[in-house]
Amino acid sequence: MSKIVEGLFYSKSHEWVKPLEDDVVLIGITDFAQSELGDVVFVDLPETGDNVSQEDEFGAVESVKAASDLISPVTGEILEVNEELVGDPELLNKNPYENWLLKVKLENPDELGTLLSSEEYADFIK
Amino acid sequence: METLKKTCLYDKHLQLGAKMEEFAGYEMPIVYDSIKNEHLAVRNNVGMFDVSHMGEIIVKGTDALEFVEKIFTNKVQTLEDGQVAYGMMLYENGTVVDDLLVYRLNSEYFLLVVNASNVAKDYTWIVENSTDFDVLVQNVSDDYQEIAVQGPNAENVIAMALGIDLSQLRFFYFANYEYLQHHLIISRTGYTGEDGFEIYASAEAIREIWDKLMEHDVVPCGLGSRDTLRFEAALPLYGHEISQDITPLEAGLKFFVKLDTDIDFLGKQALIKQGDDLTRRVVGIELTEKSIPREGYEVYKDDQIIGYVTTGYLSISIEKPIAMAMINRPHTKKNTEVYVKVRNKMIPGFVRDKKFLEKKYNKTKGA
Repeated sequence: MSKIVEGLFYSKSHEWVKPLEDDVVLIGITDFAQSELGDVVFVDLPETGDNVSQEDEFGAVESVKAASDLISPVTGEILEVNEELVGDPELLNKNPYENWLLKVKLENPDELGTLLSSEEYADFIK
Repeated sequence: METLKKTCLYDKHLQLGAKMEEFAGYEMPIVYDSIKNEHLAVRNNVGMFDVSHMGEIIVKGTDALEFVEKIFTNKVQTLEDGQVAYGMMLYENGTVVDDLLVYRLNSEYFLLVVNASNVAKDYTWIVENSTDFDVLVQNVSDDYQEIAVQGPNAENVIAMALGIDLSQLRFFYFANYEYLQHHLIISRTGYTGEDGFEIYASAEAIREIWDKLMEHDVVPCGLGSRDTLRFEAALPLYGHEISQDITPLEAGLKFFVKLDTDIDFLGKQALIKQGDDLTRRVVGIELTEKSIPREGYEVYKDDQIIGYVTTGYLSISIEKPIAMAMINRPHTKKNTEVYVKVRNKMIPGFVRDKKFLEKKYNKTKGA
């Protein structure tokens, strides 16, 4: 069974969003996503200061076997990129909910309402 | 949807929690736990693969030798009884029907081991070309199940687990063995670049051997690591480095094509004509920026497309982004600076040899 954390928002492309303060969120990939991928060997991320748009590709997570596009669940400006993942991509296999990819300042906080709740996501991956 | 075939080890794969996917009409294990761990087990110790999906075709009869010579690119006449040869079957235009292993039991009896995805096509093609020969061609794929035991400890673990001494079996030779009253054919061959063996037997025997090897901690390996291992050893895979649109010369497999004998195998004249006048060739590529060059990605020289990646990985054993790629000449020269287009980014790299790692075949045994 894939682990799902309550209180986060989820996208159908298997990213999670964790709201912090002041319309700032963390974005990561779900346990289901890392388990489907297998050994993550490379994470291709954008740069701080870049913008992401909801439902647009912003990078990729690559396992030994395949590259999987990362789709942004929200729109906004990237405040920080988790550089630790670049050197140690298998952290995503070990703990996908602790090891976020991007910290983003939301342009439109209402977008969170378009995402799935933990219960809805649990249903989605059933 | 067509029902997928299952090998005799299917239930064991499920019990082990393998991730199963369709391959060549079979439901096969892609990975059990981790492709990386399975890959490293074979490089450093020993792993085993269910390769029961492979096709086996028997050619026997008074003209068997002459017929196999006609359809196979590598030497057959000088092959000894009990010896194995790797080579290809070619269409008249020189492109590849399939690559295969030929086991010579004797001059009137050969076993051909072909790709699972090509069995039906190969069988039809072989039969069609056999009309002028006194041979019997049989597709016996369902009778032969197969496990590949690969890695530096393969010989030891087979001795311990099965009580079979393979120390005298030479590289690319095979022999008959007994295990619990089952008949086995074992060859010192493989598809990983390591020392290792391929075991052919009945379903019942293969299941018992698999369990015994599991008891001796042989790591079960899926098709995922089978591909990363063969890739690092620069071994071709049909549909990638070779295909019905690619000749062995273009694939850089000249060594397995005997053009300088008087045997006129199918496709030989086309290859002689192609000669050194190749328009493209499979080369190695190494990226100098961290990224992963994957199958199908385009390769550029400046802003011009010069080819495509046939297989590529962030190599597990040498930890570099490397690929085999079909590149137009003259860009095939070593150290030519190229770019691979990865998700609309141009990633720099260079052309290199395909010797990504030293193969560790054991060629010293017996003799």
